[in-house]
Amino acid sequence: MGKNISGAEIVIQAIADQGVDVVFGYPGGAVLPIYDAIFQQEEVKHILVRHEQGAAHAAEGYARSTGKVGVLIVTSGPGATNAVTGLTDALLDSIPIVCISGQVPTHLIGTDAFQEADTVGITRACTKHNWLVKDIKDLPRIMHEAFYVARSGRPGPVLIDIPKDIQFAEGDYENLSKITHKTYTPPTSVDHKAVGKVIEMIQRSKNPILYTGGGVINSGPNASKLLKKFVETTNIPITSTLMGLGAYPGSGKNWLGMLGMHGTYEANMAMHDCDLMICLGARFDDRITGKIDQFSPNSKKVHIDIDATSINKNVDVDLAILADCHKFLVEALKIIKDRNIKNFPTYQKWWTQIDTWKTVNCLKYKANPDIIMPQYAIERLYELTKDKDTYITTEVGQHQMWAAQFYKFDEPNRWLTSGGLGTMGYGFPAANGVQVAFPESLVIDIAGDASILMNIQELSTAVQYRLNTKIFILNNSYMGMVRQWQQLLHGNRISESYSESLPDFVKLAEAYGATGILAKKPKDLDEAIIKMIETPGPVIMDCQVANLENCFPMIPSGKAHNDMLLGEDVSDEQVSNAIDDDGKIMV
Amino acid sequence: MNEKNPASTYDIIKVNENEEKHTLSIIVDDEPGVLARVIGLFAARGFNIDSLTVSETESKNQLSRITLVTSGSPSVIEKIKVQVDRLVPVHRVSDLTAQYGQYGALERELALIKVKGTGNKRLEALRLAEAFDAQTVDASLDSFIFQITGRTREIDRFINLMSSVGLTEVSRTGVAALKRGADNT
Repeated sequence: MGKNISGAEIVIQAIADQGVDVVFGYPGGAVLPIYDAIFQQEEVKHILVRHEQGAAHAAEGYARSTGKVGVLIVTSGPGATNAVTGLTDALLDSIPIVCISGQVPTHLIGTDAFQEADTVGITRACTKHNWLVKDIKDLPRIMHEAFYVARSGRPGPVLIDIPKDIQFAEGDYENLSKITHKTYTPPTSVDHKAVGKVIEMIQRSKNPILYTGGGVINSGPNASKLLKKFVETTNIPITSTLMGLGAYPGSGKNWLGMLGMHGTYEANMAMHDCDLMICLGARFDDRITGKIDQFSPNSKKVHIDIDATSINKNVDVDLAILADCHKFLVEALKIIKDRNIKNFPTYQKWWTQIDTWKTVNCLKYKANPDIIMPQYAIERLYELTKDKDTYITTEVGQHQMWAAQFYKFDEPNRWLTSGGLGTMGYGFPAANGVQVAFPESLVIDIAGDASILMNIQELSTAVQYRLNTKIFILNNSYMGMVRQWQQLLHGNRISESYSESLPDFVKLAEAYGATGILAKKPKDLDEAIIKMIETPGPVIMDCQVANLENCFPMIPSGKAHNDMLLGEDVSDEQVSNAIDDDGKIMV
Repeated sequence: MNEKNPASTYDIIKVNENEEKHTLSIIVDDEPGVLARVIGLFAARGFNIDSLTVSETESKNQLSRITLVTSGSPSVIEKIKVQVDRLVPVHRVSDLTAQYGQYGALERELALIKVKGTGNKRLEALRLAEAFDAQTVDASLDSFIFQITGRTREIDRFINLMSSVGLTEVSRTGVAALKRGADNT
């Protein structure tokens, strides 16, 4: 029998026993007992956000950068509903977070009480699992089961809804942090024979490609190390999804760049023409595959994933292995060693073909001496931060794609972005979450002028905790990606995507007690970036870039990998003519 | 929208696979909301539910059996199984149709059928009920309620016939199913 403490104390004790030292949250009527418990202890630090969505993204940032489970605490009703976007984001990107929500007391549930919402009902579809705690006796078990479910198998968000009377009730607590769940048992081993078959397929292939995803990152830093070794041993070209960047070094020899809608020409062409595709911890998302019936038509496909529902979901594969990426790589390297395989094919012809594709230089853009090109801004940011201990988060849109294309990640867990859900407003709170976990590191949110306004209130959080989070806004006065699609698909009718009445970002920063920096000319860019890095505390850098630049290359909607739209296809003239005279007045 | 400029990346490919009916037996923790999780999944992913039955099982460990008849192509049925199996409170999913075939699993359903009428129609209804081994569980001067148990198709046939002799209401339980023989489902 453990010690007798209140439900609120059980919550905090369980969080501490799970090795989580920071929680993000916002108090309210239905979580007052938990906040009282937080006040009276020192093991778990609480970071006060300014909006519950910010708490969820901060918890995601904490989780993705540390590999631990992120925790947020929100009150009932609006507190919980505000967290829903963050929970959904974590579900789509497989980020382990635990959301503790307050609920009205048990006897008031179902009466439409003040700040009552059917939180478990609302969040059923956006969590891996959720619980409504109706008996204090269940609380310790549920707390620990929740952490187990969040981090096991394919990680994801979970929610525990705790009525206020349960928080006050007293119960026995014992540390059950080693608990598993009686029915939720994801695969823990790997099929040796199947892995052997993959190795044989590689040996027989002429044009193989590795297509990796966020699963490798989720599998831990060791998976990334082994991936590097596996690529070195086999000499297979490698590309990755948005979520998987950093698992294999962006400066690595076999790296083709990101694939998919805004991926590189060489990566997409190689995906299309390969004869063997090994998909490791990715899920054949529509941004990756393009037109699905023309997706890599002549390849054998191998899919390694921890989650059975991802297999044969969008693309039918020839060989599926249900396993954790790290376990697969351990087994694969062991088989290569045991069988003493030294003579993997060199894929000479394949690499020559890839080098030809590389000469297209798909990421080239027209430099401009008077206007900062957004690509140039990311290139300079990369050059000036690559030797530092840097974490990059992004919002969603053109800036996100340019960051993915031009910032090279050599390590896992350094790149945090909202891939699956595409949540504008993710980057800044996520950056705060990273900065809380790594106070000494350089954490930069690459943002757009529209996205940053979605969770700008978190600047108050950054100022309060003296976080050094930097916001690097590629300000083009548009919801750039929306505008680009309107140009490409809707006759350039720029419907509601112009950022009218933008704030003065420098003054905005100052109003919050942070620092604002403005850069308008390419010649001032480096100095401004260095100033941003060197200024302590949160900084907003308003980097004003070319307004109408489009993000290329691009697989246009409904096209196949080998049907990419390259930047050079669209001349400046075409772009400028695409806007009529009335539109020009606004620019 | 023309061929060259489709407005969306989301091409739906129609694969001409034959639709099949499958009976799934799903053992779940008997906890609040578990049924909502299962049917919510079907709704969210666009899967079909043809029939659904939920009840306690023999086990004392607070388990429930959800017997669910669904239809879809073989690949869709496979997707349904792995999706349901991934739900945290689900212990196991058995596809009775795939695992044991049409005759390896025992599937039964009960229906209550109200028939209203007088004279010849009333007599005919009684005769048909007798032919189908349906029991008369309620009677008034101008109505009967019949109770019939059997395979879904048999009940469909009975209801079909009854509609021409005054059927007014039907209530069906949905399919209950077990594997034949000594082994557990």
